[in-house]
Formats: sequence, C-alpha cells, structure tokens
Amino acid sequence: MSLREFGWHEALFLLLAARWAVLLAVVAFAGGGLIGLLIAALRVGPSVPLRRAAAAYVAFMQSTPILIQLFAVYYGSAFVGLRPDPWPAAALTFCLNAGAFFGEIFRGAIEAVPSGQWEAARALGLRHAATLRLVVLPQAARLSLPPTVGFMVQIVKATSVASLIGLTELSRTATMINTVTFQPVLVFGTVAAIYFALCWPLSLLGRHLEGRLGLGRERRVAL
Amino acid sequence: MTYVFHFGPILARIDELLYGALRTLELTIVSVAAGLLVGVLGALGRSFGPRWLAAAVGVYVELIRNTPLLVQLYFVFFSLPLMGLKLTSDQAAILALSIHLGAYAVEILRAGIESIPDGQIEAAKALGLSRWQIIRHVILVPAARAVYPALTSQFVLQLMGTSIVSAIAAEELTAVANNMAMQTFRNFEIYIVVAVIYFVLVQLCDAGFRLSSRLIFRWKV
Repeated sequence: MSLREFGWHEALFLLLAARWAVLLAVVAFAGGGLIGLLIAALRVGPSVPLRRAAAAYVAFMQSTPILIQLFAVYYGSAFVGLRPDPWPAAALTFCLNAGAFFGEIFRGAIEAVPSGQWEAARALGLRHAATLRLVVLPQAARLSLPPTVGFMVQIVKATSVASLIGLTELSRTATMINTVTFQPVLVFGTVAAIYFALCWPLSLLGRHLEGRLGLGRERRVAL
Repeated sequence: MTYVFHFGPILARIDELLYGALRTLELTIVSVAAGLLVGVLGALGRSFGPRWLAAAVGVYVELIRNTPLLVQLYFVFFSLPLMGLKLTSDQAAILALSIHLGAYAVEILRAGIESIPDGQIEAAKALGLSRWQIIRHVILVPAARAVYPALTSQFVLQLMGTSIVSAIAAEELTAVANNMAMQTFRNFEIYIVVAVIYFVLVQLCDAGFRLSSRLIFRWKV
C-alpha cells in the first residue's frame, strides 16, 4: 500500500523541483563557459607548459565519470577543512567538468579558422592576444555555436547525477515521491517528460544551427 | 584542521576495486553489444524502412537522447517489476544501459549510412548484388568505417556512464567504491583511486579502438 496517490499536487511538486536542475545547469553553463575560454586560450597559446597542463586537465576531466568527480569534490571538501555540502560541491564539479568540454569545443572552433587569418593579422602587425580577440574569436564563435548548444543538452541531463550526493533536484525529488506513492511509471514518466521538455528544444536548436553550416540530407534511393 | 591522507586501507583492498573494474568492463561490453545490435537494426529501419517504422525509431531516439540515463535506469528498475517482469539490479542495469546506447548508436550509424552516396547503392543493384550483400558490403561496413571514431567514443562514454548504475546498487566499480567508503570512511582517497582506475580504463579503451580500426578496416579501403 502506498502512503499517497500520485496526483496534480505531486506533478506540480516535480515541476517546481525542476528549477534546481535548471539552476545547476545555468551555473555549469556560465562557469564552465568561462573556464572553457581560459582552457581554449591556454591550448592555442604560446606557452608550451601551459598548453600541456591544459591538455592534461581536459584529458583527465573527459576520461573520468562525472559521478566520481562529484564524489571526489564532495568528500574532498574535508580536505580544505569544510563540511561537505551538496550545492557548492555540485556547482564546482559541474563548472570544472563543463569547462573541459567547452575548452575542447572552443579550441576546435579556433583551430577551424583558416591559418591565413592568423598570418594576415600578423602581417598587419597585431600581437597574439589582439589577433585572437579581434580576428579569430569572432569567427570561431560562429563555428562553436552548434556544438555549444548541443553540449547544453548534456549538461541538463548530467545535473540528474547530482542527486547521488544528496542534492534535492528533480531526480532526487522523483525518488522521494516514488517512495511514498509507489507509482514509478507516473513518477518517472513525468520526470522524463520534464527533462525532455528542457532538452528537446535545445537539441532542435543545435541541429538547426548545424544545418545552417551545411550538414544533413535525406536518402532518396530504395533498397 | 588539516586533512591527512590514508591510502593504506584502500590499497590493501585494491583487489576488490579491480574486481569492480572488471564488472564495469563486463557491463560495458554486454550493453555495447546489445546497443550496437539495436543501433544497426534501428539505423537500417530509419533509413530504409516503411514510414511508420522510421517514425517509431525516430521517437525512440529522441526520447532516449533527451532524458538522463539515471531516469531511464530508475524507470526500468522500478516500473518493470510492477508489470510482472522481475529484474535484479544487474539485469535492470544492463537493460537500461543497452536501451540508452542503442539510441546513440542508431543516430551515429544513420549518419554513416547517409554519407554513402545513392549511386553506390544503385551501382550495387545494377551489378546484381543481393539485398543482403548490399546491406552488408555497400551500406553497413562503409558506414561503420565512416563513423568509427564517433561510434567508439560513444562506447567510451558508455564505459563512464556505467558508474551511474551504482544508484541502484548494481555491482560495478563505483558501487564497490561506495561500499568501501561506508566501511572505511576514507571517501576522498577512495574516489581519487577510483578516478585513476577509470582514467586508465578509458585510455586503454581509446588506444584499443585506435589500434583495432587499423586491423578491422585494413583490407577494405
């Protein structure tokens, strides 16, 4: 027997819990974007040790599960003498993780800008930083837009993992409601629908932007 | 107060973590195999099947790719028993992981299939190749070669994604680590060691896939 039925009240409760998932995603996007810019700048920069350090950071963040990173930051807060707290731990982890991925996206976009642009800027007497800021970045920004939007979908979905260190966002609220209603199809169906409503528009936007750069076609021959 | 590292208790039980790593590899391999089968059938259905089948595959792909693996896992683990399908944690984990990977495999393989010019298929027909021969030699193998890097990096993401099934206590590296954390309270050290193990697994898989692409596609250029 369940303690209560899943009704409009529970559905509304889930909808409200979604704001924490959105907030975490926005924080990860903003913080990760800034870290990503720094990483990308280091990776195309003139200093070889800094380039290697940035590459190592990206490799490590991309080769370990975000859940393990989350646990390490959460329990590692004792290392700097703090009491473990889900919100700061999740915010920090998601920024660090997203920063690595954004760094790679931005670097790819910067390197996709033709080298003639760099040479022309140098011929005009621009320094490295000025070339990057005035010539390369404006062109790279356009190229990086589709993968950036695509990665935002990954961020929104990844926020669900923060429930496993006890952050009461959408997924954790769902397991709590499931415990008292014992109607998993309705509970997790509703939660899936909420995530879908957040992610699908972003997916469509990403695909649309990608299409404008000239990809995708339909098959016209039958088997 | 300063934190003092104690790796001793963890390194003394490193064999348990290595057992967990083996289970992680096993989960990855089984779910990749099942997901790849779903991906091949789904991609063929979406590109060449009747309209209703293409639409159904499209809905499956969009639903899975726009919802978190964790929610898919909870749905499988909590809902299917109510529908009369009793599942252990490990079975639910494999099922959810396979369904998850399947959607990504469909999308990646479809991109590969679309990269094959119509003329290739028409030429194969003109040469009198059978339908199965066309599917195999003209469509699937060249498509797989075209998207091999994307496909294998999805497999590596799947390897890291298996950590999430620890949420339902399915047996793998992260779950082993969680248990050990409860017994030893050396959480920070444990997750550092586990991060290193995942890192090594991922690098080994990456290297393995790079090497295997040369072996698999060597004579088919």
